[in-house]
Amino acid sequence: MNKLLKNSALTVAALAIAGMTTAPQAGELNVVSWGGAYTTSQIKAYHEPYTKMTGTKINSIDYSGGLAEMRAQTESGNVTWDVVDVVIADAIVGCDEGMFRPINVDMELAKAPDGTAASKDFLDGTLKSECFVPLIIYSTVFAYRDDAWGGKKPTSIRDVFDTKNFPGKRTLQKSPVNNLEWALLADGVPLAKIYDVLDTDEGKDRAFAKLATIKKDVIWWTVGAVPPQLLADGEAVFGTGYNGRWFSAIAEEKQPFAMLWDGQVLDIDGYVVSAKSKKLDEAMKYLKFSTDTQRLADQAKYISYGPARKSSGPMVSKHAVLGIDMGPHMPTKYADQGFLTNFKWWADNSDEMKERFAAWLLQ
Amino acid sequence: MALPSYAGPLETTWYYAFRLICACIFIFLITPILVIIPLSFNVEPYFTFTQGMLTFDADAYSLRWYEDFLSNTQWTHSVKNSFIIAIASTILATILGTLAALGLSNSNMPYRSLAMGLLISPMIVPLIISAAGMYFFYSNIGLDQTFLGIILAHTTLGTPFVVITVTATLVGFDHSLTRASANLGANPTTTFFKVIMPLILPGVISGALFAFITSFDEVVVVLFLAGFDQRTIPRQMWSGIREQISPTILAVATILVMISIALLATLELLRRRSERMRGMSPG
Amino acid sequence: MGMAADTADNGVVLAADGRPLKDSLNRALRKNRMRAVMLVAPLLLFVLFSFLIPIFNMTLRSVDNWHVGTLMPATTAALATWDGKDIPEESVFAALVVDLQAGAKSRQIGKVGTRLNYEKSGMRSMITSSARKSKKLTSGPYKAKVLKMHKKWKDLETWTVIKRNTAPYTVGYYLNALDMKYDKTGEIVMQPENRRIYGKLFWRTFAISLAITMICVVLAYPISFLLATLPLRYSNLLMIFVLLPFWTSLLVRTTAWIAMLQSQGVLNDLFVFFGFVDDQNRLQLIHNLTGTIIAMTHILLPFMVLPLYSVMKTIPPTYMRAALSLGANPFVAFVRVYMPQTLSGIGAGSVLVFILSIGYYITPALVGGTDGTLISNQIAYHMQSSLNWGLAGALGALLLASVLALYFLYNKIVGIDNMKLG
Repeated sequence: MNKLLKNSALTVAALAIAGMTTAPQAGELNVVSWGGAYTTSQIKAYHEPYTKMTGTKINSIDYSGGLAEMRAQTESGNVTWDVVDVVIADAIVGCDEGMFRPINVDMELAKAPDGTAASKDFLDGTLKSECFVPLIIYSTVFAYRDDAWGGKKPTSIRDVFDTKNFPGKRTLQKSPVNNLEWALLADGVPLAKIYDVLDTDEGKDRAFAKLATIKKDVIWWTVGAVPPQLLADGEAVFGTGYNGRWFSAIAEEKQPFAMLWDGQVLDIDGYVVSAKSKKLDEAMKYLKFSTDTQRLADQAKYISYGPARKSSGPMVSKHAVLGIDMGPHMPTKYADQGFLTNFKWWADNSDEMKERFAAWLLQ
Repeated sequence: MALPSYAGPLETTWYYAFRLICACIFIFLITPILVIIPLSFNVEPYFTFTQGMLTFDADAYSLRWYEDFLSNTQWTHSVKNSFIIAIASTILATILGTLAALGLSNSNMPYRSLAMGLLISPMIVPLIISAAGMYFFYSNIGLDQTFLGIILAHTTLGTPFVVITVTATLVGFDHSLTRASANLGANPTTTFFKVIMPLILPGVISGALFAFITSFDEVVVVLFLAGFDQRTIPRQMWSGIREQISPTILAVATILVMISIALLATLELLRRRSERMRGMSPG
Repeated sequence: MGMAADTADNGVVLAADGRPLKDSLNRALRKNRMRAVMLVAPLLLFVLFSFLIPIFNMTLRSVDNWHVGTLMPATTAALATWDGKDIPEESVFAALVVDLQAGAKSRQIGKVGTRLNYEKSGMRSMITSSARKSKKLTSGPYKAKVLKMHKKWKDLETWTVIKRNTAPYTVGYYLNALDMKYDKTGEIVMQPENRRIYGKLFWRTFAISLAITMICVVLAYPISFLLATLPLRYSNLLMIFVLLPFWTSLLVRTTAWIAMLQSQGVLNDLFVFFGFVDDQNRLQLIHNLTGTIIAMTHILLPFMVLPLYSVMKTIPPTYMRAALSLGANPFVAFVRVYMPQTLSGIGAGSVLVFILSIGYYITPALVGGTDGTLISNQIAYHMQSSLNWGLAGALGALLLASVLALYFLYNKIVGIDNMKLG
């Protein structure tokens, strides 16, 4: 017994030391992204060629958005995430709080093949934070089960709110973002006026009131992989989700879904680098590589998100495996049916709206 | 509880009704656990019994979800992490908890009930609060996202069980035995290993089992404290359930049920042994 | 005492080594006590470091308010003498510009913005955009220039909020956790009706926990009675039905209930098969309150059965037989004679189940949907998503206080040492 105790004490000590020294090895980089089909597209287009070129191993880590982990890591000084894929709104907040490293776009990123400076090559209006390098334009959009109502097909966002003609559960993101805009749209507010209306107290009440009309038919989701799953399982007939995920479900998994492009909300997603990354040089090297024209164009072979560089646009061709033309699946093609999210309005109002939304859910 | 021979029709009816009610409750308790076992062998990626499964068609069953589990590095990695964390924290918790229980069962221990209250407080405080506190504090001192941090946290959660089970075996402990041992010239260490240890061993082992299962099953603290490298089985299941419910989770669940059956059997054997050693009738 | 050798001349009893027996005993006692303390000390220190300090740290965080005072020191000092009646004067604005410029440079000003935004929506963008613009300000007077940077600097309330948060401690998070807030003039008032979340959520958490506790009593009572009165060889076998769920991973059981309850799941399939419901109208049993209650009852039921069983086991069957043979109606005998003796078991099980369920997180998060979530989900939300750690700390401290109160009750009823496991 004595011996056993001694041995176990040694084991504990050994494990403790092992635990303290499990910082990632040199020649590795931790890149954090959203998981599922999107991460797969990044692995194929960025990670694999980068590893092949430099020998650096990329650890691909999944998360579900938000800044919580980053903030905890920054507070503890134990930063293990080197490069993080975030939405632009989070990039702005994290940049203000000093979590992310400011990036000199022209000095530190690759030029377009024709020599155009990077700051001119990224789509207009996408460089909204000095820490943020845009990768894709994506949209949050409705899809529906094609077989749900016989031959009847929804054509506009109003049909989502029409539970009489289109009965069944809807799955929406558990967040006021986008849902309030859609409620107003379905209530007859024109596209161009949405944020003006939403900025007034009556407009907010109106949006919540409209949303309340379908509240009992809604299953709320928090993770982007869930809505296609719920539709596939028949748990819901309508769902909001990221257009790339719908594309994977429809084109790759042959699910009987169809897109409802009406009212799609376009948003920008991109990379930030941790200010306190232990491998800043490697991270910046990776960032330069993964955000060049070729890589962004390559990513579009695997998932239907629009590349954020103008020079990548013409290079978008066919799906790498299925061979179908990716053009018709890009959200940018249907831009006139939707709108760009007003992240400035949301940066100002999201705390208040989220609190109100949470209270509304409980009512 | 046998039905007496003089029971009237009303009593007979009640007797059978009562048994039926009890049967329903037992079914409620056990069915969910049993249902997942056949479902984990489903060849289809569904959570429900297919026609083929109901007619016992061999083609409707397969081991594909088990293969998926074994070939997925995220899962195998999480198995390794779970064992590293659970074993390390069990050893720590058992040593610390047993020593403390020995001290606590000494009637001369000052502020005994206060100390007891503090030591078992990790069991009483809701996990979410413990996890929140540890998350804030461990982040401050750089212990988040390390094995050490999670091992310390799980040790904390496991010690109350060791303290309680060992204290319980010491309740019936005859202290004249240690005095006898001392009188016969044994030093305290010898006394501990030759006299005390064999008697409290069942309590120590069952406490250790509780500590092990606490760590092995724990997800809330891991959810907050673990980084990508420290993901455990429950953590992996958590993201599996939240994201994509594939029957792989059912395969993992079935394996875990088997582990709990093994633990349950071990505990039962220990209980019998303990009662035999203390001269009580088995049962 | 008889033996002369053991008694000194003055009548003091001596031990074998010649010292007074009283001293010797005291010394032994001290040594014994020392040994006990030394045995307990390592774990006590460990728990102190790994658990009690973190919990204390969390409660500290719920009142901590360092942001403005630390990151805007000049403004804090300048506002100390401000009377709060009108927009401050130039000196305060000059101090503000110093702080904004320093904050923009150190990239820390966002933290002030985030902190103030908890108090009043829109403050974050005011602070961060002003900090960005402040880089261009080189000379005063600053007041007019700052007022032009953002319209909210003209609001008296903006300044009231900043001034209030220059204090190093705040009750703001607790107010928020209790659905209260400061109004424009700095008075504490209730939130408007459509913003009250936490009161409702605390109430719901208590109501759901109470419901689960009662369901557990109702379900546990008959089977504990059966287990306690059956011959051992049967009851040991049936006990597996209680112990196996008890020992099975929480996530496994939650997964199992998802498989059982979802609309394409086992239960709904059975209902459709037997024609209780038609295929189009499958019951919604999950992602709502029903799912939470079913799954949590299943998970917590063993915690009710085990204490109830151990109490029932000690009740001699002769009492019931006596009552019956004295001519009591079996039902009356049961209620009057048997049940009162099981009250301590019901009490112990109930408090245990209740305490466990008010702190539950995993199961409601996975099967609860929106109307099945509890206060702990909100705590996790503020820790992981909204990042309002102060509010998470305040909610946690309130929950902890209620659990400790309940635990105090539990200790009164059953006693801390009588905790039974397995």
